[in-house]
Amino acid sequence: MAGILVHDLCKSFGAVQAVDRVRFRVAPGELFGLIGPDGAGKTTLLRMLVTLLTPDGGSATVDGLDVVRDYRALRTRLGYMPGRFSLYQDLTVEENLAFFASVFGTTVEAGYDLIAPIYRQIEPFKTRRAGALSGGMKQKLALSCALIHRPRVLMLDEPTTGVDAVSRREFWDVLARLKAGGLTIVVSTPYMDEARRCDRVALMQGGRLLGVDTPAALEAAYDRPLLAVRAAARYDVLQALRQFPHARSVYAFGEALHYTDARPSVDPAEIRAYLAGRGYPDATVEPIRAGIEDVFMARMAAPPPPPTASPT
Amino acid sequence: MPVIEAHGLTRRFGDFTAVDALTFSVEAGEIFGFLGANGAGKTTAIRMLTGLLRPTSGEARVVGFDVYTQAEAIKRHIGYMSQRFSLYEDLTIRENIRFYGGIYGLPRRAIRARTQALLERLALTEAADTQIRALPLGWKQKLAFSVALLHEPRLVFLDEPTGGVDPITRRQFWDLIYEAAARGVTVFVTTHYMDEAEYCDRVSIMVDGRIAALDTPHSLKQRYQVGSMDDVFLKLARPAASP
Repeated sequence: MAGILVHDLCKSFGAVQAVDRVRFRVAPGELFGLIGPDGAGKTTLLRMLVTLLTPDGGSATVDGLDVVRDYRALRTRLGYMPGRFSLYQDLTVEENLAFFASVFGTTVEAGYDLIAPIYRQIEPFKTRRAGALSGGMKQKLALSCALIHRPRVLMLDEPTTGVDAVSRREFWDVLARLKAGGLTIVVSTPYMDEARRCDRVALMQGGRLLGVDTPAALEAAYDRPLLAVRAAARYDVLQALRQFPHARSVYAFGEALHYTDARPSVDPAEIRAYLAGRGYPDATVEPIRAGIEDVFMARMAAPPPPPTASPT
Repeated sequence: MPVIEAHGLTRRFGDFTAVDALTFSVEAGEIFGFLGANGAGKTTAIRMLTGLLRPTSGEARVVGFDVYTQAEAIKRHIGYMSQRFSLYEDLTIRENIRFYGGIYGLPRRAIRARTQALLERLALTEAADTQIRALPLGWKQKLAFSVALLHEPRLVFLDEPTGGVDPITRRQFWDLIYEAAARGVTVFVTTHYMDEAEYCDRVSIMVDGRIAALDTPHSLKQRYQVGSMDDVFLKLARPAASP
């Protein structure tokens, strides 16, 4: 049992506590998601786990090796795909791949079967300079380079940010295949809907973890009644619901509104009657199960308040 | 009169047709969602509609001005905000507002009055002399949106305005969009969040340089017999997904 063990990891930059006493475990072979908005600390956390940043406090082991003491040995077992495209733009596709293989003392041939399903899609362009590739092809090359030395653990920093919904789904299919091959994977994302592609997730905001569990368990732990409300005048109904005395939260969720009651239980008929009385007799109200985004918002302390003083 | 009217709008780069005969219009006060996979031609289309890129052929008028001959007038009469192009990090909130007010050619008196109103609306009066770099991302985005409306344009382009922000702030941002639309501002918005497509009055989906579908979210879901805009997008954009 090695996997990843993170214990009270901390990192600050000046006055900003980027990662604040974070602790979790990742089992070998698990696909683990770090989910949170920009500024949550995901990148800082990943950089400490891939030995590029030294923690201020706490400790972490990856595949049984300490991220500070054993960083040299650990690097050969790690694949890392940073958030920004970091390959050599003026080297060709195959030159980049050969370079990364040689840095890790191996050859493209030795790692080819692992990357083949991904690399074959860009192989027709292997003499093209990396800088001239489309976004999707750059991503496939970056992933190939991160895998060419057959790492035991793969860490990816926001591989799907700014990527359209179709391409995102395909990228997660690739990760699922790599996981099936036995790789331990940690991936960060700002997209809440990607949680369900992970075995377990850590919800993260402002440097802290809001919860770590399987997506299903996090959703099941939502502790208040949740109703989906649909009406033609969606924005007006949202305002009306927020004025209902027992409302805990009301948020737009695509075509529906998600209404959470502050009481332990609620009869949808009560909400229907309230909305009818406010002039929205067409509103439909039905109980639903919470999704990860509902959970995340309920656990968020609050979005950052407006700054009040001017810092020096 | 439509706020945007495009007829056969086309842009080629060499042999490649990035935007292929776009024909559509956007009415005043609409929230118009402009969706498409990466590489479908959205950015090229937006650059033409904002007067930044000359079309190869076709016609378009934006807030009444011609994209070929009146590109400068278009730039002055629209608002624009994207995640990449936003506020100056090393200027304060107040300095950014004054700067953009000047760029838009507002008289000093108007800049002062609108700065005051803007700061009050966003509850940022006390923070007016804070540098932008010290603001949380969500506040930067809200402020950038308000600054894009400083010169009271009839039309504002929002290019992935909510990328990376937390789910509550993302919804607060949409409250600002609804408020602007209620004041009569036409909103032209791109996003990768498919739930946000549902908040638009009408949505177009670009595939390989063309508009593959354009309708209300409700009608699109009916036509493709699916339950969400996410599924509509997957059905339409799948053939365009590049290797």
